[in-house]
Amino acid sequence: MSAPTTTRAARIYVIFAREFRAYFATPLAAVFLVIFLFLAGLFTFNIGSLYERNQADLRPFFQFVPWLFLLILPAISMRLWAEERRTGTIELLVTLPFALADLVVGKFLAAWAFATVAIALTLPLWGTLAWLGDPDHGTLCTGYLATILLAGFMLSVGSLISAWTKNQVIAFVLSVALLFIIMLLGYPAALDVVASFAPRGVIEALASTSALTHFDGLMRGVVDLRDVLYFTLGISIFLWLNVAVIDWKKSD
Amino acid sequence: MAKDTGTTTHVAAGELLVATGLQKRFGTTYAVRGIDLRVKAGEVLGFLGPNGAGKSTSMRMVTGYLEPTAGTITLCGVNLLTHPIEAKRTFGYLPEGAPAYPEMTVEEFLAFVAAARGYSGSEARDRVEGVIERVHLQGVRRKSFETLSKGYKRRTGLAQALMHDPRILILDEPTDGLDPNQKHEVRELIRDLGKDRAVVLSTHILEEVEAVCTRAMVINHGSVVFDGTPAEMESKAPAHITKNRMDHVFRMLTTGDRATLHAKHAKGARR
Repeated sequence: MSAPTTTRAARIYVIFAREFRAYFATPLAAVFLVIFLFLAGLFTFNIGSLYERNQADLRPFFQFVPWLFLLILPAISMRLWAEERRTGTIELLVTLPFALADLVVGKFLAAWAFATVAIALTLPLWGTLAWLGDPDHGTLCTGYLATILLAGFMLSVGSLISAWTKNQVIAFVLSVALLFIIMLLGYPAALDVVASFAPRGVIEALASTSALTHFDGLMRGVVDLRDVLYFTLGISIFLWLNVAVIDWKKSD
Repeated sequence: MAKDTGTTTHVAAGELLVATGLQKRFGTTYAVRGIDLRVKAGEVLGFLGPNGAGKSTSMRMVTGYLEPTAGTITLCGVNLLTHPIEAKRTFGYLPEGAPAYPEMTVEEFLAFVAAARGYSGSEARDRVEGVIERVHLQGVRRKSFETLSKGYKRRTGLAQALMHDPRILILDEPTDGLDPNQKHEVRELIRDLGKDRAVVLSTHILEEVEAVCTRAMVINHGSVVFDGTPAEMESKAPAHITKNRMDHVFRMLTTGDRATLHAKHAKGARR
């Protein structure tokens, strides 16, 4: 008898569930969450001076979170494929009745869900604001939406890099480097350097490719469909590249 | 291009695994240069050859891990290259080195494979129990894979391959790293499974071929240099060789002048 047929959603779920549980199989998940929350708190209260500003918003948190992500999300995505190739389990996965896209999407969603858990643990910040003042809940909503989208975008880059190498440490370092460049393009200080010799059009084009530019818009409470599209399209493109890289790297 | 999707391969009655004109090129070198593989139900094919001869590459193509540079692959009548997911349901595969997730327990790992094979609920549990019993993993079921001995790792890989009771079994060195008792046990199991299935196994142990295989295929430099029964293979050895006759034939076939050997085996090779 041959095995039962499976739908694409069911196949993605099987991969997602294994991968998501794998994050909690070691104490690493707890350590990660604690470090994330500690740094988020440090940035928001001490460096961002949430109380001293006397404004009921989370601007300090949202302004620092991309830089926190830069160092922390590659740690979530680095093992996705590198570990699979190191242990040889990729051969098992590919020869089970899955399409490569099922594997890539399932793994990515697991990493994204884990990051979302971490982000959700910062929700007490919102509660603090609501208790102390009268925050604009709409803006906070889009701020969190932007944070989750940014996390997905950065994880899709990290997953792609992870598919490139068998070594998790290399995957981590390369992901941080690439994400740093992508973010820097939207940072005024970095753009000023370019502005000294490049025409205005180039600056605007560069800025519009940066995740930071699109994140800022959403963070301020302006829901521009183009910003949302930027993140979802970016994720799709990086996942598509991810499938291509795995297909290509299999023969190594 | 790689996919020869237009042609339909002729599959004779009883043939479960059919691969024709299989080729694989890495860069400019050919790892596999035109192998034909036809395995019927009830056949246990021993896939032999020196390291780097193209055994694992061939198995990786037949199981859909690597895409062939040329050739067709039909598994239980399903074209692997055009319908990969359907074709992958027809076989169980033990990859080289029996990989599994280090941090998962045997039970968790097998449950994952059951889910991947589309089983859920009580049926998934029954399947996992079934394979645990079949390859005797009861004692280590709650141990994590990385802590297992080589023998148990190999058996976990075998259990995983048997999950859906497949008609085709492809096993890359299934007895590697096992002690003599475990080897005997796994060989018994393979012989039993081979009664109504198509089994392809690769091995370096020639006595294993005599013990479990109904047919032996030797490949060297990516080409088939012998295809026949183990007895036929043994009979190739000169009469004055009395010990390790299989090893002698293996060396004859895989070292020295390939051209004359090709000529010698070209006729009576295929049964």
